[in-house]
Amino acid sequence: MTQNQLPRWVDIGLLPLINILAAFIVAGIIIALVGENPFEALAVMVKGAFVYKGSLGYTLYYTTNFIFTGLAVAVAFHAMLFNIGGEGQAAMGGLGVGLIALWLGPILHPLFVVILAIAAAAAFGAIWGAIPGYLQAKRGSHIVITTIMFNFIAASILVWLLAGMLIAPGQMSPETSRFEEGVSLMKIHELANYFGWKMARSPLNLSFVIALLSCLGVWVLIWRTRLGYVIRATGFSPKASIYAGHQPARIIILAMAISGALAGMMALNEVLGVHERVILNFTAGYGFTGIAVALMGRNHPVGIIFASLLFGALYQGGAELDFEFQTITREMVLMIQGLIILFSGALAYMFTPWLARFFVRAEGQNG
Amino acid sequence: MSSKTEKNGDTKSPFAIALKAINKQFGPVRANQDIDLNVRAGTVHGIIGENGAGKSTLVSILYGFYTADSGTISVNGTPLNIKGSADAIAHGIGMVHQHFMLVPIFTVLENIILGHEGQKGLQAGMEDGRAELERLSNQYGLDVPLDAVVSELPVGIQQRVEILKALYRGAKILILDEPTGVLTPQETDQLFEILKTLRQQGVTILLITHKLREIMAITDYVSVMRGGKMVAHLDTGDTDPTKLAELMVGRPVLLEADYPDANIKDVQLDVKHLSYQDSAGAPVISDISFALHAGEILGIAGVSGNGQSELLEILAGILQPTDGDIHIAGKHITAEQPLGPAEVKALGVAHVPEDRHAVGMVLPFSAAETSVLGYETNEALGDSWFFSPSRLKTHCAKLMQAFDVRPANPSLKSSQFSGGNQQKIVLAREISSDPKILLVGQPTRGVDIGAIEFIHKELIALRDRGCAILLVSVELDEILSLSDRIMVMNNGQHMGVVSRDEADPQKLGLLMAGITDGAAAS
Repeated sequence: MTQNQLPRWVDIGLLPLINILAAFIVAGIIIALVGENPFEALAVMVKGAFVYKGSLGYTLYYTTNFIFTGLAVAVAFHAMLFNIGGEGQAAMGGLGVGLIALWLGPILHPLFVVILAIAAAAAFGAIWGAIPGYLQAKRGSHIVITTIMFNFIAASILVWLLAGMLIAPGQMSPETSRFEEGVSLMKIHELANYFGWKMARSPLNLSFVIALLSCLGVWVLIWRTRLGYVIRATGFSPKASIYAGHQPARIIILAMAISGALAGMMALNEVLGVHERVILNFTAGYGFTGIAVALMGRNHPVGIIFASLLFGALYQGGAELDFEFQTITREMVLMIQGLIILFSGALAYMFTPWLARFFVRAEGQNG
Repeated sequence: MSSKTEKNGDTKSPFAIALKAINKQFGPVRANQDIDLNVRAGTVHGIIGENGAGKSTLVSILYGFYTADSGTISVNGTPLNIKGSADAIAHGIGMVHQHFMLVPIFTVLENIILGHEGQKGLQAGMEDGRAELERLSNQYGLDVPLDAVVSELPVGIQQRVEILKALYRGAKILILDEPTGVLTPQETDQLFEILKTLRQQGVTILLITHKLREIMAITDYVSVMRGGKMVAHLDTGDTDPTKLAELMVGRPVLLEADYPDANIKDVQLDVKHLSYQDSAGAPVISDISFALHAGEILGIAGVSGNGQSELLEILAGILQPTDGDIHIAGKHITAEQPLGPAEVKALGVAHVPEDRHAVGMVLPFSAAETSVLGYETNEALGDSWFFSPSRLKTHCAKLMQAFDVRPANPSLKSSQFSGGNQQKIVLAREISSDPKILLVGQPTRGVDIGAIEFIHKELIALRDRGCAILLVSVELDEILSLSDRIMVMNNGQHMGVVSRDEADPQKLGLLMAGITDGAAAS
């Protein structure tokens, strides 16, 4: 039984919904066990994510991170590469932003600095993705192992620099000085207020727009360009790709570079959009959650937007849960997130045989 | 062959196998629909049908790999519930698979007793096994060297090991799935002799094949499958190949076409002293030289695995030779100066690979996407970076119309076409590039009879337009009916070239077995 037998709308629409529902049911049982009303908790979570003042902005701010890291995993996956290195690529992207902003900030007009910083985020991430790609393509080192190791290397480089050369003078926390005034991405609420549109304060910034444009870009790349065609051919069937005269080694490196660039751009949201400095561990696990996002979004940009929104809502609404209920702790919120990842990631196809049987029977009755 | 007189099926006792109203569905595909089948004990019963007719599914149900959705299976009159191959073996059903299930580094004896070593320790188990196997060998006339390592035995003998293994497990009913695909004509004859002996000893044999000749040569009864249904049960003596082919396909077919002679022109491909060693350093191709001319089909005959596949891949640029010279269109290719697939293609070489599923197409791609594999840089499909999906579809629709691909839907996934239609898509793609040289591997493997006819006509038409065609096939009939000259390969070596007029299955069979001496032919 494979998912191929299911109607398309079931595979990409109904199945993920059922998975999420299953996760919520299990989470609800646990919440009931600790003595809270699961429906009340759900209501608080939804309100916390979408209804309260400024909450939507926070949700979309988290969503932005997930879109970037989810797209990164998806692009690599189309070449059948499992990029676990989103975390490290994002960290290096942040380093790129920081170096450009600190070096050129005092010299150039902020607009140029921001444009160069965006390019640096992508370039640093791309290099950090392309090296494991090279090692896989030319040396046969497995991409999963190397990208994990590159996460550690990136983290160590950041500790070394942020606690040393790049540390802001006169204080102890491992972070750089604040960037020059204007070297940042504009907040969406400021932009809205500028056009006379009242909007509550939130960290949501222009990187959200860049994320959405990246979704469009990835869609065009994968399904509308010759390069995307070759990437998919290499991913589905390396033998067919060689037969067709493609160069799989080159394609692997290129796909990993694109993937790394997308992960690297996650730093735009955190470093350039919110903190306006490089702080240690700003990646906060978004790189890893991107794997679940891509899996849930079926490696399609539209799916990834929805999956990212769900995870964004979980992050923001979860914080609210922790705040409202005595017995529901932060760890419990993490558990709910874990359940969603479990059901829509690891157990993504658990209900497939069951659904397949259901649809075959339904078809049999119709026919 | 007088199968009538040898027929010794007992008509009174219950059937060795009786299947009633077997149904099996995979998703929307009804692989088996209301199949009834009665096999008389002590007969050779053939099941014939095209690829995808449901033969393999039916046999898999009988052997316990699949469970039928509905229907009953009776063996020797007792209804059974076969849940796995262990149940099947316990009830005396043995199976010889198309691809052998042997451990290559074990001896014959070790392979056969594997899983039946007994409880007394390995040594004692081996001794018991040896005694029993010697008895079986004598009884059934299966001559097999028990202490030889399997990987060193010829394929025909390995197959005997498989048969002996089934008998050792107490099989009284033997299922053979496409047993002759890997054999030379002589080995096939030897297999049939063994099957006759087995039949005399009371073994019931179920022979699954798509080759009409084999049905006529060995079976007592034949059942024909088409599209998941049983369409006929016949006495082999009362039927003939034309009638069977018509039943298989559902319409009259031309079994053997006589094509006009070639108009051979200048040399397009010149191969001199070509050698190739695999990554382990074992010689796969040794010192092969030949020339391929415009306007001819050079057939390469040989039992599967004798270097033909590698020869094709070297010429296509996928593998690099270890020694020798190749001249294509004035370009000199050597081990030191190899060319990749894209560069070879640019010289006007098109390639229809042997394995269309893994190599010739990308199964999850739409037909439109597969129809440009290797030609995706074609300027007609869009500007330098972007594809135009509509142009892709128009391009594919044109190919589909020219090659009668059904369904003619460019958006359908490549995997959703039948074998014949998939091959037509690949062939259409390669032929439409207007090649000077076409390399073709197994053009009709897994292809239905109707499509075979079409593909052969297209290849001849391409030849007559002046293309040089190199044809690799394990189907000797195909080589004989299409080739203008036939080169035989055995163990990576060039065994000789035979012209079309001189070629016959016996002569080629000896060359395929590695026997060049004319005296050995008698």
